[in-house]
Amino acid sequence: MARVTLPADDARRVAVRQAVSVSVATGLYGVSFGALSVAAGLSLPQTMALSLLMFSGGSQFAFVGVLGAGGAAGAAIATAGLLGVRNGLYGPQVAPLLHAHGWRRPLAAQLTIDESTAVATAQRDPAAGRAGFWWTGVGVFVMWNLFTLGGALVGDALGDPRRYGLDAAAAAAFLALVWPRVTGPRARLAQLVAAGAVLVALAVTPFVPAGVPVLLAAVVAIVAGMLVRPPAPPDPEGTDDAVDPRPGEAPSATSDRHDPEVTP
Amino acid sequence: MSDAATWIAVVLACAVCFALKLVGHLVPEHWLAKPRVARTAALVTVALLSALVAVQAATTGRALVADARLPALAVAAVALALRAPFIVVVVLAAVTAAVLRAMGMP
Repeated sequence: MARVTLPADDARRVAVRQAVSVSVATGLYGVSFGALSVAAGLSLPQTMALSLLMFSGGSQFAFVGVLGAGGAAGAAIATAGLLGVRNGLYGPQVAPLLHAHGWRRPLAAQLTIDESTAVATAQRDPAAGRAGFWWTGVGVFVMWNLFTLGGALVGDALGDPRRYGLDAAAAAAFLALVWPRVTGPRARLAQLVAAGAVLVALAVTPFVPAGVPVLLAAVVAIVAGMLVRPPAPPDPEGTDDAVDPRPGEAPSATSDRHDPEVTP
Repeated sequence: MSDAATWIAVVLACAVCFALKLVGHLVPEHWLAKPRVARTAALVTVALLSALVAVQAATTGRALVADARLPALAVAAVALALRAPFIVVVVLAAVTAAVLRAMGMP
């Protein structure tokens, strides 16, 4: 996403326009979540509860994927939680932009996802960043839930999920979610971790309960993250030991370090 | 799993995910802004999603299985390489598996 330097009103308008297109694109894949969730055996209210309350695509797909494969509740919760950790890391990137207090703070937290963080941190102007965050967060929330409902109703009507290839659609959904993270010039380590995770998950599948292979695969990433020295950051604007970022300052140094992807 | 047990799992998982989001807004920035933490979290995401691809595409219960899901996943990969939108990727995979199964593939 290109950084923009425009008069405040124009910058804000650009952010809102980005927010709307991201919301529509993301909302559309709520259809597949809704259909896959009921195919995995969750009821329509349970499916809606996930989209309203969990509101994080990767965690939601993982949760129903683990339960659908016969995994234990603990494994499903742990997998969804581990995938939700990155939302926690987005907080420090967007919080200085938002100055949210009182009831707005938990609301901002709930709307802190890949898409809202990506649009907010792509703006150079803080006011535009703020607009980008709220418009994207609320827009994705509304679209995601509407389309989840549609997908769940369609999935309920379809019946046997295998006949319509919905099991393959689930695998494809995970592939599409991981794709932007393992492609591109700086993704060498991510590719190795992905390959290691696949090998570990398949190797242990015959020996451990459903849901556990995915959690064991996460160990690969933790070991790699702790042991491997990263290449020098290509960011010419700042060092990695960030100077105390002042509130209201666009968090450009942090956004370059841990870029959220606009997935899809 | 019973309906009640599923509900409990849903509510707990939602609570965990919301708590993680809220923590990010409450703790001082420098706690989470450590490059090693951010990098490891990004890699954990990659590992979990990759493992989920493998498990969804190539296992049934505790058995490793090769069926119509694998060619469907290959079609999805081609679509992603061609920059198709998410929903197109997912639908292409479903259609591929459905057609192959209608033709008799397991």
